Amino acid sequence: MTEVLIKVGFLAAVALNGAIIFTIMDVKGASWMQRRPGPLHVGLRGFIFPLAEILKFVQKEDIIPTEVDRPVFKWAPAYVMVSCVALFAVVPMSPTLVVADLELGVFFALAISSLGTIGVLTAGWSSANKYSLMGGLRAAGQLIAYELPLILAVVGVVIQAETMSLVGIVEKQIEWGVPFVVGGQIIGFLIFMVAATAEMMRVPFDMPIGESELTMGFMTEYSGIRFLIFYISEYMNMFILCAIASTLFLGGYHVPLLPTEWVNFYGPVVLLTKTAILGFILVAIRWSQPRFREDQLQNLAWKILIPASLVNILVTAVMKVGF
Amino acid sequence: MVNALDPQNINSFSEASVSVEIETEDMTLNIGPQHPSTHGVLRLVAKVDGEKVHDVKPVLGYMHRGYEKLAEVRTYPQITTLVNRIDWVAGFSNEIPFITGAERLMEIEVPERAKHIRLILTEMARISSHFVFNGAYALEVGALTPIFYAMEDRERVLDLIESVTGGRFHPNFNRIGGVKPAAGAGPTTKKDIQDLPAGFYRDTKVAMQKVIEAADQFQNLIGGNEVFKKRTKNVGVLTAETAEAFGVSGPILRASGVKSDLRTQTDYLPYDQFEYDIPVGENGDCYDRWDVRVKEMVESAKIVLQAIDSMPSGPLQAKVPKVIKVPKGRTYVRAENPKGEMGYYIVSDGGLGPYRLKVRTASFSNISILPNMLEGALLPDLIAIMGSLDFVLGDVDR
Repeated sequence: MTEVLIKVGFLAAVALNGAIIFTIMDVKGASWMQRRPGPLHVGLRGFIFPLAEILKFVQKEDIIPTEVDRPVFKWAPAYVMVSCVALFAVVPMSPTLVVADLELGVFFALAISSLGTIGVLTAGWSSANKYSLMGGLRAAGQLIAYELPLILAVVGVVIQAETMSLVGIVEKQIEWGVPFVVGGQIIGFLIFMVAATAEMMRVPFDMPIGESELTMGFMTEYSGIRFLIFYISEYMNMFILCAIASTLFLGGYHVPLLPTEWVNFYGPVVLLTKTAILGFILVAIRWSQPRFREDQLQNLAWKILIPASLVNILVTAVMKVGF
Repeated sequence: MVNALDPQNINSFSEASVSVEIETEDMTLNIGPQHPSTHGVLRLVAKVDGEKVHDVKPVLGYMHRGYEKLAEVRTYPQITTLVNRIDWVAGFSNEIPFITGAERLMEIEVPERAKHIRLILTEMARISSHFVFNGAYALEVGALTPIFYAMEDRERVLDLIESVTGGRFHPNFNRIGGVKPAAGAGPTTKKDIQDLPAGFYRDTKVAMQKVIEAADQFQNLIGGNEVFKKRTKNVGVLTAETAEAFGVSGPILRASGVKSDLRTQTDYLPYDQFEYDIPVGENGDCYDRWDVRVKEMVESAKIVLQAIDSMPSGPLQAKVPKVIKVPKGRTYVRAENPKGEMGYYIVSDGGLGPYRLKVRTASFSNISILPNMLEGALLPDLIAIMGSLDFVLGDVDR
């Protein structure tokens, strides 16, 4: 029982802190690219501002409009958050520092990540607002469309590693000497990152929020702490998907040439560094790109990403059997 | 009662189930008056089927301030205060056609120097208006960064306008017969003739060079972006015939391929002394409308640079009576404003103020084309098309 509690606490702490670090990174990246001095100087060079942000949302009134479906409306943010936190359970920070090393780790991660869709859809549906509804439906369509390339991109890795356990996948990469992104899964990695960006609903795939069209999409009616939960979950999702991507494709907690017997010490640092690098790329994309249109997004998923990932699986399988 | 399990009835049942069509009802979506992308308080009542827009009805009047009626109880010098609030993004250029109209009725010859200063400030107002468009349009198609660059670059131009007129948005700088002695050029005494502030020419040259650089940067950063091209090319195509039929003017009309510019067609300011191009689009889509405006910024900067080099000396004011009374008569003056054609119809009965003032604003005519253009568009395109028309609600409702 104590062990379970410790694990849950560890999970929540890492995921939440990861989200806060990514928030800082996003805001500082934005102000750096936009030449806004504010977040680079205020409050210990901008590092304690997330605290102010959280305090602001907590003390704000939690407005629940009269027309909404109250229980659904209230629980939707929790749904999104839980699916994000649970996702981190299978990510190994070293061979032993992992909450649950499941046999079917990849399968679990992909299954849990689609749970958040329900939260987003119910948030949009229960808000009794047409903008929210459209945002929720866009989110549902988008998440379903991009779940497929996400899974198919991972299949290549699974074939190559011959295991679905995330620790097993990393061990295989250590055994190979190079991470999978160098060892033949570069296309899979690119597809995974594009699909993951769509899953996170970040620019250029942020139509469910689309503030110039839908005000704030499925979050329009939320305020106070419930909005904060959505907001934090967004960054948590970004942090965790980046962590999964670096585990699957970039060699996880290990970098070549480092001694494997010390992996328990440097593992977490290595993984978080890789995650942060991927996160920074996403930040740079977010603040420099416009938004796609809904139909262009669907075309990209169904006409380009899915065929490409199928070809990727085929090539990987042929290489695996042939050599 | 019909038994569904009876084999005899199966055929009729299956047919019935096939012939049932899903009937969907259009959803009425109220866009505005409070919406991030309607540039103020425009309200669009849209009938949407999912993402597809079927019918759009713009509802105006949320910002009606009654300036035309108000002008009837004001004297002529007071009216410039009202009119530069019509299109607040380019405040200075609103004053020009009105003041020119009054001067024509009074048959006053404005000194060349005053005309040049007016021209320079009008072009600066055009540049600042197009900067706002550039930033806001990128924001509407989802790019969050360009608006900060646009606002920073616009600030240089606004600083220059402020150094001459004392106001950033509402200069109230024109006087009948010329321009107001410039602000910031020393103490105001009757004997001193105040002029442009010290260092104005130098600062303007630097700022205009920066404008040309900024336009180049926008062409690369926004215009060269694949996602931006995907969002704007072949979206909201407006043919030249339709545009002319709806009375559309300004950059929107030129983007559709019509080379119509009142700066060359009328003589309200001495534009014929300078060399500049009139950028014209080819397809009349959102991208062209954006492109034409960016190119226009460069041309305006070139005009300002030429005007600075050929600035004539002389007085800032023509001789005018102490009490301004405009003789009986009527006139219509039109001018090329950043948003399009702006015209003032002034009817004078010989009194201190106009008997009637009718303002023809560009934005009002330009958004009349919205229902026509938005028919069958997707919801994100609705925002992209609306943004590309670059209207200001003060200019629509007056």
